[in-house]
This record gives sequence, C-alpha cells and structure tokens, in this order.
Amino acid sequence: MSRHHTAGTCRTTISNLGVTLGKNVILYDIDFTLNCGELTALIGRNGAGKTTLLKALLGEYSHTGTVAFHTPEGKQRKLRIGYVPQQINMEQNSPVTVYDLIAAFLSARPVFFGKKKDLARTIAAQLNLFGVEEHLDSRLCDLSGGELQRVMLALAVFPVPELLILDEPASGIDRNGLAILFQQLTQLKKDKDITILLVSHDLPLVREHADQVILLDRTILAKGTAEEVLNSRAFRDTFTYFAQSGVHC
Amino acid sequence: MEHLYSVLEILLPFSWIKYDFMKNAFLAVLLLAPLFSLIGTMVVENKLAFFSDALGHSALTGIAAGMLLGIAETTLATVLFAIIFAWLLNMIRRTRAAAGDTVISVFSSTAVALGLVLLSSRGAFAKYSTYLIGDILTIRPQEVGMLFAVFLAVILLYLAGYNRLLAMTVNMSLARTRHIPVRLLESIFIIVIAITVTVSIKWIGILLINSLLILPAAAGRNLAHNMKEYHLWALFFALASGISGLILSYYCGFATGPAIVLVGAAFFFLTHLVKNKSRR
Repeated sequence: MSRHHTAGTCRTTISNLGVTLGKNVILYDIDFTLNCGELTALIGRNGAGKTTLLKALLGEYSHTGTVAFHTPEGKQRKLRIGYVPQQINMEQNSPVTVYDLIAAFLSARPVFFGKKKDLARTIAAQLNLFGVEEHLDSRLCDLSGGELQRVMLALAVFPVPELLILDEPASGIDRNGLAILFQQLTQLKKDKDITILLVSHDLPLVREHADQVILLDRTILAKGTAEEVLNSRAFRDTFTYFAQSGVHC
Repeated sequence: MEHLYSVLEILLPFSWIKYDFMKNAFLAVLLLAPLFSLIGTMVVENKLAFFSDALGHSALTGIAAGMLLGIAETTLATVLFAIIFAWLLNMIRRTRAAAGDTVISVFSSTAVALGLVLLSSRGAFAKYSTYLIGDILTIRPQEVGMLFAVFLAVILLYLAGYNRLLAMTVNMSLARTRHIPVRLLESIFIIVIAITVTVSIKWIGILLINSLLILPAAAGRNLAHNMKEYHLWALFFALASGISGLILSYYCGFATGPAIVLVGAAFFFLTHLVKNKSRR
C-alpha cells in the first residue's frame, strides 16, 4: 500500500449537510472538516443521528449540502471511502470464511470454485498487517468480535481509501480488543495518511486517540480536541441528562 | 433426444430407465439439482427461505390470473405473476413498514387465498389441484429443454455476479461503498428465484418446491467449512435426494416429489447429527 498524500495537507469538507427522512429532520447545519492523517470521533446520545450522518457520507441517504475532498494541491475530486460496518449479516454455522469474504469483494471469480493461490497470498498479506493472517481459512462465525473487526478493517483499507468510516467498532469486542483496534487505527492514519471517522462510546479511548471530537445531537453541539469537547457545557448537559434518565452511552 | 435416451440406457442398465417418462424425469432431476442447490445456498445465506416459500404459493394466483386473462400456457402465467409478486413484495420489504417475515406472510396467505377463490369460483380447482404436489413423471422433452435454457441462464448469471451477491449478503452498505449496484442485483436475484421456483412448480408442487430449494443447502451447511465445500455438498445432496427419490418412487409407488423431499430431509437430519457429534 502506498501513501496518498503528505500528512495534513488533504482534507474532506462537509458543508451545511442536512438529512430529512420523510417529514423528519434528522440532521441539519452540519459543518466540519476532516484532515488527512487525523482520527475524528463522533459521539452523542442514542438517536442523535450519528449513524445517519455516516450513511449520508456513504451516499446511502440523500442529503442537502456538500461533501468535498480536496487533494494537497487544492483540487477537488471524488472521495474513495472505506467502511467498517457495525455488524455483518452472518449467522452461526455460516460457511463463509475470511478468504471467501475478502475474495468476494476483490475478485469476480466465484468463491464457490475454491481458493486461488495468488489471491490467497494477497489476502493473507493484507490480513498480516492487522495480525489476523492465521484466520484466512477460518469461518467468520468462528472469529471473536475483535478478530472479526480487524478482518473487516483489513478489507476496508484494501485498496487504501481516503476516508475510513467505522460505525461503533466497540460492538461485540471486549475492552482489550477495542484498545488494540484503536492502536491499529492510530498506526494506520500515521502510515497511510488516511482520514478516519468513527462513532465511539468509549470516551477514555476517544480521549487518548482522537485528534478531533464531534458531539452530535441532530446538529453539531461541540467540536474540537477531545479535551475541549469533553469539558464543554454541551457535553456535560448531554451526558448528565443520560445519567439521570438511565441511558448509558 | 433419442440419442440422449440411448446414452442413458447404456450408462444406466436398470429397468426403471427403460421408460421414456423416467428418462425425462431423470434428465429433469439432473438439471433441477444443480439449479436449486446453487440458488438454495444463496437463499439460505440471505435468510430468504420464507420469501421463496411465498413465491411458490403465489403460483396458485398466477394460474388463476392466467385462466382469467385467457393465457393458455400455465407456466408463462405463473412466471409472469411470480415476477410481479416478487418485485412488489421486495419493494414493501425495503420500506420496512413491518417486520420482513410479517409482510411475507401477509402476501403469501393473500396469494393462496386469492388463487383458491378464483379457481374455485370457476370450478377449476380440481383441474389444477395436481399443482399442489406436482408430478415430475409428466415432464415432456420440450419442457426438459426449457429447463435446460433456464439452467444455462442462471449458471451464466451466477458466474458473472455471484461474488457481488455474496458481498451484498455480508453487508449492503459495505457493498455500496464498493460500487456494487445492490438494488439492481437484488432485483435480478429475486427474479431468478421467482422464475426458477415457478417453472419447476408443475413438477415438484406448490407445497414442496421450497423444500427442494432449502434442504440440500441446509444439509450442506451442516458439513461445510467454506463456500466451495458448501456448494459441493449442496449439489451432492440435491442430486442424491433427487435421483434416489425418483428411483424410490418408481419401485415403491410413492409420489415422486414427496419422496425426493423425504430423502432430502433425511440427509438434513443425518448431517445435523454429524455436526453436533463433531462439536462435542
């Protein structure tokens, strides 16, 4: 994999973004900038519109406003997005292996013909970057939450995207697995200069690893460094409300 | 066709293959087994078993609609109706107005009831009641030819789009980020299910058609460790249950469709036991 740009010089700008589903305004007046080589954490209460914002960026929901990617030279071009979903649709007992999954995305040769040596080598090398190469032939349903998350990450950054989006990567992962994932994301943004946007509820890890934090509740309530946002009045109001109402974030 | 019959008689020196209706049925099984096992694996992975069952039930309304519109060819009427039915059902499923299985159940029961009302009001139910269990022994050589055409079309579609269908199964949003045209492929896939199920319904029967789709895949899933094994096992179980069901029905005088399904079910339970034993 090669680096795209010099760190910090390319950026994705989201301007005046809004999403209305039916008659409900889900998001409005969303403005922020994501710099290459930086990790931005999206936090907020359940139902604040975090996943909707990600889906709007993924092009799944139509939105008002603009999403523009600017190269280090200032030129605007189409954004290539890598995505790690919150969960995958895989039942217990499903025979889909890690190879089958990744090969299905990378190759047109039907995976029911079996493994292709060259492709298997390429996939193993990619998995090796995230320490899960020994699971090439494992069934997805036999992986732990953390292993599955790293497999999905290996897929999301192959080929290397400009923007990597992760929707609540904590789902099904223990604390240790989540810490490893954050370390790998930090390494990834440094090595590959990728912009990372993730939804997270783990505030200590957000504080440790995020370059920018955005507090969302249908619109942006606060944004800045982790210290600025986590010490803001908007943050205290949001999380005090949830502490009182018994909802855990 | 005569050459093919001669080859079958040479390769299979048994008394049951001497009859032309058994030769036709045997050829149909050889086409239906790979067709249904290939589609069945994807139906099972996508949790569409209930959906394909509802498509089978829609055949009754298709037959009735064909009769009312004066379409003499029953298969054509059922296929056209099933495509419309599948498209409508999928559109409503997408809106998530109600839980997926609830919507499917509503559609399925409406289609069965409407079909029965229309057919019985015209006094035609008795004529078409054979569609409930089907009869593969009545398949004609030209129908085997049509089945072969459907078989070829599905194989070609699968070779071109199987990986993308699998990617969609894993996660729709992820597939979209890889520029996979998910809506188009989803529509093509449900049309393929609709066509395959309805062209075969005359020979397998409305009540049993879904079993042929689900059982080989479900049994294969019990033993497979990857997608290659999954498809090989599903194909093996589809062929084994199809051929042995056909022979059993010949010697024991059972209806063929139910015999095939019973053998398929036996394979499922056996593999389920094997799976549980190997996990202990």
